[in-house]
Amino acid sequence: MSQAPPPLGTPAARREGRDKVTGTARYAAEHTPPGCLYGWPVPATIARGRVSAVHTDEALALPGVHAVLSHDNAPRLKQPDDPILAVLQDDRVPHRGWYIALVVADTLDHARAGAEALRIAYETTEHDVVLSENHPGLYTPETVNGEYPAVRERGDADRAFAMAPVQVDATYAIGALHNHPMEPHASTAQWTQDGHLHVHDSNQGSTTVRESLAAAFGLRPQQVTVVSEHVGGGFGCKGTTRPQAVLAAMAARHTGRPVKIALPRRQLAAVVGHRPPTVQRLRLGAELDGTLTSVSHEVITQTSTVKEFVEQAAVPARIMYGSAHSRTTHRVTALDVPSPSWMRAPGEAPGMYALESAMDELAAALGIDPVELRLRNDPADEPDSGRPFSSRGLAACLEEGAARFGWYDRDPRPAVREEGPLLVGTGVASATYPVYIAGSSASAHAATDGSYRIQVNATDIGTGARTVLAQIAASVLNTPVENIRIDIGSSELPDAPLAGGSSGTASWGWSVHKASTALLRQLRECTGPLPAEGLTIFADTEQETSEKSPYARHAFGAQFAEVAVDSRTGEVRVRRMLGVFAAGHILNPRTARSQFIGGMTMGIGMALTEGSTMDPVFGDFTESDLASYHVPVCADVPEIEVHWIDEDDPHLNPMGSKGIGEIGIVGAAAAVGNAVRHATGVRLRSLPLTPDTLLPYLL
Amino acid sequence: MDPSRGRDDGAQQPGATGDRSTLTLHINGTEQTLTLDHRTTVLDALREDLGLTGAKKGCDHGQCGACTVIVDGRRANSCLLLAVAHDGARITTVEGLADGDRLHPVQEAFLDRDALQCGYCTPGQICSAVGMLGEAADGFPSHVTTRTAPVSAPAPLDAPEIRERMSGNLCRCGAYPRIVEAIEDVAP
Ligand code: FES
Ligand code: FES
Repeated sequence: MSQAPPPLGTPAARREGRDKVTGTARYAAEHTPPGCLYGWPVPATIARGRVSAVHTDEALALPGVHAVLSHDNAPRLKQPDDPILAVLQDDRVPHRGWYIALVVADTLDHARAGAEALRIAYETTEHDVVLSENHPGLYTPETVNGEYPAVRERGDADRAFAMAPVQVDATYAIGALHNHPMEPHASTAQWTQDGHLHVHDSNQGSTTVRESLAAAFGLRPQQVTVVSEHVGGGFGCKGTTRPQAVLAAMAARHTGRPVKIALPRRQLAAVVGHRPPTVQRLRLGAELDGTLTSVSHEVITQTSTVKEFVEQAAVPARIMYGSAHSRTTHRVTALDVPSPSWMRAPGEAPGMYALESAMDELAAALGIDPVELRLRNDPADEPDSGRPFSSRGLAACLEEGAARFGWYDRDPRPAVREEGPLLVGTGVASATYPVYIAGSSASAHAATDGSYRIQVNATDIGTGARTVLAQIAASVLNTPVENIRIDIGSSELPDAPLAGGSSGTASWGWSVHKASTALLRQLRECTGPLPAEGLTIFADTEQETSEKSPYARHAFGAQFAEVAVDSRTGEVRVRRMLGVFAAGHILNPRTARSQFIGGMTMGIGMALTEGSTMDPVFGDFTESDLASYHVPVCADVPEIEVHWIDEDDPHLNPMGSKGIGEIGIVGAAAAVGNAVRHATGVRLRSLPLTPDTLLPYLL
Repeated sequence: MDPSRGRDDGAQQPGATGDRSTLTLHINGTEQTLTLDHRTTVLDALREDLGLTGAKKGCDHGQCGACTVIVDGRRANSCLLLAVAHDGARITTVEGLADGDRLHPVQEAFLDRDALQCGYCTPGQICSAVGMLGEAADGFPSHVTTRTAPVSAPAPLDAPEIRERMSGNLCRCGAYPRIVEAIEDVAP
């Protein structure tokens, strides 16, 4: 008999791959129950005020229009767990794009026509939508996203900075960024006779969405089923329930028919969350040998009047480099803007852009190689907490990356490598992302035919969750991975946390590991044949995951980029990128590589193409569709090389893995920006580096 | 009567009227006769009327390529095509590429290279790649084709050519490098 390959750490192919390449994988809007109606949400067209009247006569007179819901007649919600879900409950308009009505019709065309025929009267109030460094509303929140304290101080950062022989004091700005997963948020909702709510929804965790819908509609969680079998990307903006699920359920209740809602792309920017703009001041003080003595990272950002979300951009500075003195702060102001939320590596992505750009500026000021400067400041323990690292692979990533990239061949002087009209340069930046983990449950079943079935309400938003979880089970049960059947993507399965914070595989995987381990033990103890119904074990990891680790646990990485800047047009092209990551044990190199590449690609977008501006007059994101908000296209993305350092870290989880979904974007924009500076000698401190921003400096 | 409720379904004509027409589409080799609202796009007809949800809706505005299908031999964004204007058209969707259980070589290459993550852009990428290979074989130049390339001879497809020609299909998961590898595998 042939030996089964070791299932963990092998490049198993994506289980749903065939369904995806043949078009049979169904997403949330691709379920059309008989009698299904279509909902078209109507966004507010003022930035602040009240809806004084919703005139529905003309819309209702159109063929096929079944209903218009607004605050006048929409079902009252009980207690939505997130204020962004309190749609159509009152006449308040907190920002432009907030949903104020929903038209329900028998076809998409009729629903859209109905929405256009709706006449809304408003009472408009003056709005305030522009973030500035001296905005009077700025305050220090108690905590920032991730429940980190808003302020941390160590020593006397001001004094140490003032005394430092070499100083960098620079302010970086990043505008709003939009997640724009390729699948717009969608829900198909249906109530059954017995008052049960069934929803196909596009989200990153349907256990969470079930609980949230239950709270909103005053139901027990058992009265709600949320299915999210295939999800077309999320990157944070499908992390928790979004308004489409609530609207679809409301409309289905109101009409007594199933209702499908797929949000129009142009509406997304206002209703599903975005990365808020940040203004970040970095002050680095160093000795002449490059030793950092003072690190200050002060962040200003915005939230909405609907809820407080504070991008934790100064948090990575608490763990990256050693310095005796440090201050990391966040201040936020609530504006009449859409509510921000998670976007791939919230905190780390913008924060590390600023910190790693400042480190590059410091390296230039010191005349020290940027890789070397980072190595010299690599701390033994986590600077903020003093806790030891469970593992810290930054130095190894930098060293291996520098060797593979050919880093040391570079002439450190800026603007000296010309190829005709092109200016060529290279840049480096570090990456980091914390290890998060949450309690999960799972069941493992052994059938009499020798096969196994794993059930866990994990969500595959493109990560390959099914595949890696099957590998985890197979490794424990010592069976070929083909022998494992896995069910995910429905709230009827054992409860599990959402796919977010790069924690999915660790959280779900631990419970799968635990259930499989217990099943194996039982199978070994079981002497006779299995009962006809097989053997099922249920496990949850609430206890083991709630124990606080004595270690500081983070993934690290190093990003290298080579760019060519056209001195005639200001256009920046990334020629090649290389990333090396230290993220524990890599459980599936095939799908992991794809995720790292995906993160780095989004980082190229952040650096060069993605930018969203708030129109001060209209209070609207100007770039709200894919024609104006430029996510990178194929031609923007060169060869991307990804490597990793396989870490053996016993302080994580039974699989020894750290999350990999987000670290790929972290540092990528800084590496590109640093390469642009090396190529041109021009340091721009705001993103994206579009031709119009660069060209004035090149002429 | 609930004033928020509109007309009954009964008020609508099932057949052709002033704003609906009956037309025939040949989809994946099957003739389909439909009576559709004049505003209905080919994409909505496929997804909502025929249950062929392989073609995806990413933007509905010709900005993302998720809805790419092959119309009369050429790739097209089906969200930009009004069905009523395509009476008689031959349309191939991602569901029509495989030969029974045997995948199309482009589908096979996407699987081999892990050229997908969430999979939402994938049907559009695959149809676009199939259409693009046909365009290149027919000698269509692209923005990066050298000016000295012979006219109407098959255009050679190296990575920059593939990247350029595939840039109408967005992938937010960032599968591009893998997509290029997959297409290189099947390009002549
Ligand atoms: S859905 Fe047709 S191009 Fe985006
Ligand atoms: S695979 Fe997710 S958008 Fe391309």
